[in-house]
Amino acid sequence: MSDKPLPELAGYAKEFYAWCRRGDLRFQRCSDCDAWRHVPREMCAKCGSAEWKWVKSSGKGTVFTWTVAERAMHPAFADAVPYAPVVVEMDEGVRLVTEIVDCAPSELEIGMRVEVAFAKVSDELTLPKFRRMP
Amino acid sequence: MTIRNKAAIVGIGQTEFSKDSGRSTLHMALESILEALADAGLEPKDVDGVVKMGANDDIFEIDLLRSLNLPNLRFFNEVPHGGGAACGTIAGATAAVVSGMADVVITFRSLNERSERRFGESSAGGGMTHWRQYTLPHGLVTPAQWVAIYGQRYLYEYGYDTTELGHVSVLTRKHAATNPHAMMYERPITLKDHQNSRWIAEPLRLLDCCLDTDGACAAIVVSAEKAKQLKATPAYIAAAAQGTGSRAEMMTSYQRESLARLEESESTAAVIYPLAQLEPKDIDVAEIYDPFTPMVLMQLEAYGFAERGKSPELFHNGKLELDGELPFNTHGGHLGEGYLHGFGHIVEGVRQIRGTAVNQIANAKTCLVTSGVGVPTSAIILSKEPY
Repeated sequence: MSDKPLPELAGYAKEFYAWCRRGDLRFQRCSDCDAWRHVPREMCAKCGSAEWKWVKSSGKGTVFTWTVAERAMHPAFADAVPYAPVVVEMDEGVRLVTEIVDCAPSELEIGMRVEVAFAKVSDELTLPKFRRMP
Repeated sequence: MTIRNKAAIVGIGQTEFSKDSGRSTLHMALESILEALADAGLEPKDVDGVVKMGANDDIFEIDLLRSLNLPNLRFFNEVPHGGGAACGTIAGATAAVVSGMADVVITFRSLNERSERRFGESSAGGGMTHWRQYTLPHGLVTPAQWVAIYGQRYLYEYGYDTTELGHVSVLTRKHAATNPHAMMYERPITLKDHQNSRWIAEPLRLLDCCLDTDGACAAIVVSAEKAKQLKATPAYIAAAAQGTGSRAEMMTSYQRESLARLEESESTAAVIYPLAQLEPKDIDVAEIYDPFTPMVLMQLEAYGFAERGKSPELFHNGKLELDGELPFNTHGGHLGEGYLHGFGHIVEGVRQIRGTAVNQIANAKTCLVTSGVGVPTSAIILSKEPY
């Protein structure tokens, strides 16, 4: 597991994943026009404002699309195949790439309701994964 | 001022396409450049411009200069965004020769993409650039996967199954099968072969994915005026354009409203047709960048050959065959000829305009060539006659 590619905890990624470690899924939100954004960026692409905050997400969203990896594309994922990187559309509108922990790739459906399920990787890193909502 | 037909490609060169070139990318670049110059009736001393693609060819510009001995360069430039840059180099060269900033501009692509650096392998070792911080940890690590995310959405939104992807591959391989230069020469496939090929990243199978190739291509751009003084038949550049889209990330622009279309290609189309004063129906041949089959379908729609969600029909009614209304990827593309990051498409476009292609289309007067997708992209329209 440990040799899976992990984020470098620097810059915005350090902040994003620090919130995850505390059990909070937060995205940047523009302080001027309220637009949510992800992947983190310096300024709001909608209104141009440089003012923003990390704002807590509802943690809920729907499966938007995915791809099933049938063979390991990276040696660290050899034991994981088949697995599916999934794009979840959060209720706030932003989308993120993640995994659904309790759903086999063959059971995925577009529109499936999911909620964040944090997965601790190490003391330093927790990844935002998701699980099916009841 | 317009660039329309004010520049031309007057020389083309290419090495063999193989799985193991046995020589450096610099060596192959030089071979293809010298062949292209000779084709144009020019020599290295005539060259005063170079426009290079930016990513992954391991060629240091200084080595290129030293090898060809180019003491007279006054315009050198590098176009970013990987395969999206291919026609962008022609656009840059066109801007240079039309504005008078250069007279003779070299463009090229050289890759040991099979024997040295396979783009299709995991990019996890390539450094954790900003956007990758949020994708690699979840196992989304290769171009096939990045594109599969879009492909899944395309099939879902329009209610297609993967046979519609298969038809793209079958036709492209059909054209490669009669191209002796193609890696898949005399190796056509059937839809059944496609459906039986192994999954790579669902909904993509092996036969939805481009080849891995060693090889090089080059093209020489001069002004239309200078072209008249040269021996080669010019392929006039009716238009060249680059394009971007909203909320862009590198091949993972998943924040966009729709993942079933290609905004960059739509932007490029919106510029290039008016610039050429042409419409999609005026295009005689289309060389469409084909990294993975879904991207072909979405580009055919973006460039106006079908309505959104309707491009699969083009593969059912013979329209894209060599004797159809819009012959497509006449050389066999990335899926069948070889993966030269879009440059094989440019060289083939020139051959079609010259009338020297192996799968020659009778009376081809215009050719659209497109470049890499999922990234900021580019395209050119070549013309037999200046108009």
